Amino acid sequence: MIKTDAVIVGAGPTGLFCAHQLGIIGLTCEIVDNLDKIGGQCIELYPDKPIYDIPAVPKCTGEELTNNLIEQIKPFKFNFHLNDRVQEIINENGNWIVKTTNGKKFKTPNVVIAGGVGSFEPRKFPTKSAEKFDGTSVLYSIKDKTIFKDKFVAIFGGGDSALDWAIELSNISKVSLIHRRDEFRGAPASVQKIKELSKKNIINLFTKYSIKDVKGNGSLEEVEIKNEEGESKILKADYVLGFFGLIMQLGPIAEWGLNLDKKAIPVNTENFETNKKGIFAIGDICTYPGKLKLILSGFHEGALAARGCFKYARPNEKYRFEFTTASNTIKDRLGVK
Amino acid sequence: MITCPIFFCAYIKAMVKIIYIEHNGKEHVAEVQNGLTVMEGAVQNDIPGIDADCGGSMSCATCHVYVKEDWYDKLPKKEMGEDDMLDQAYEPNSNSRLSCQISVSDDLDGLKVHIPEKQV
Repeated sequence: MIKTDAVIVGAGPTGLFCAHQLGIIGLTCEIVDNLDKIGGQCIELYPDKPIYDIPAVPKCTGEELTNNLIEQIKPFKFNFHLNDRVQEIINENGNWIVKTTNGKKFKTPNVVIAGGVGSFEPRKFPTKSAEKFDGTSVLYSIKDKTIFKDKFVAIFGGGDSALDWAIELSNISKVSLIHRRDEFRGAPASVQKIKELSKKNIINLFTKYSIKDVKGNGSLEEVEIKNEEGESKILKADYVLGFFGLIMQLGPIAEWGLNLDKKAIPVNTENFETNKKGIFAIGDICTYPGKLKLILSGFHEGALAARGCFKYARPNEKYRFEFTTASNTIKDRLGVK
Repeated sequence: MITCPIFFCAYIKAMVKIIYIEHNGKEHVAEVQNGLTVMEGAVQNDIPGIDADCGGSMSCATCHVYVKEDWYDKLPKKEMGEDDMLDQAYEPNSNSRLSCQISVSDDLDGLKVHIPEKQV
């Protein structure tokens, strides 16, 4: 069990800046994120898109913003727990016991939810029958490609993941690539390669088709695909892979007993605490009168939530407001003179 | 003369009627301010079935709607990237649009959009 002053759920810009503010006031924190990298939506949805409304930064990309925030909290040496998701939060004598999917446990007086619109999960096939094979022969990511050796693999999607895996697996498996339109959004070089492989009959390419059904007794045997004219085809398939990007889902947060307004958590604007003592919500996931879903609002919310955390983490101390320009204590924490 | 509000109203409507049809057939008629997007009109009027997780930055495909042919051709054309996002939507077809990319204008008064069964 890891003891800390605060657990931050979500490593997007809001969570990162809240960590900075916790560090500035002398508190510790641990940061958990479901993605395999730091940055949240900024890195997952729009790493290259310029952002124009970060105060005093006329223009920066999601990736640049993330890198700067990481740099800004470096002095505090906080731990990140990536590829992991907070599953459960239980109150135990005034502290929160936070459990993750990977089995990590934290004991903390404060939980700061900076979860955006929830955690990123792969988008799944709309067909009900695919659920039966989910995780066994219907897959949305690949951990071990050797399982596909000499198998029939049907890959759905038109982005880089779909194209790259179709090319890669065509070396060891019989690959069909199915996409809903003629254009692909993947890299032009990959598209070119796919077309060549299709011409040589190494890959079976079906455009303007989407999934209709998956069938099999016990194990998966075939996948049925359809076009908009209602024509369908049946393909032999041992595995069906879907690469439709990621979707944000509120997930376990909905089960923590917090008040919810649509998909957002109502908070008070004094310290961004929720209806549960010691649980704060900041950034896109919180709501209050006048809420703006801007990164700059998330920064402000994180700064105030950090002060809210101080009260529970240091119940016997009085919080003293200090400026980074003037405080020697803060300069010590930052490791600057 | 130009400051006369009545003069303006004759040319530009402040509000445009948009009809949102849920997957189960239930119709919602909303007055949407000229210049907003069809997605914003849905969110402001609490119309179910349009999630708009990313808030209109064309990066989530959860404001997906179908627009039948009679209206489809009258819509502003798709910008680069919209079809890429639609690839990721729930059951997209050739009538699919992202409602955050449809700006409401006089020309679209009476526009009907059909909301998919679900967004994810």
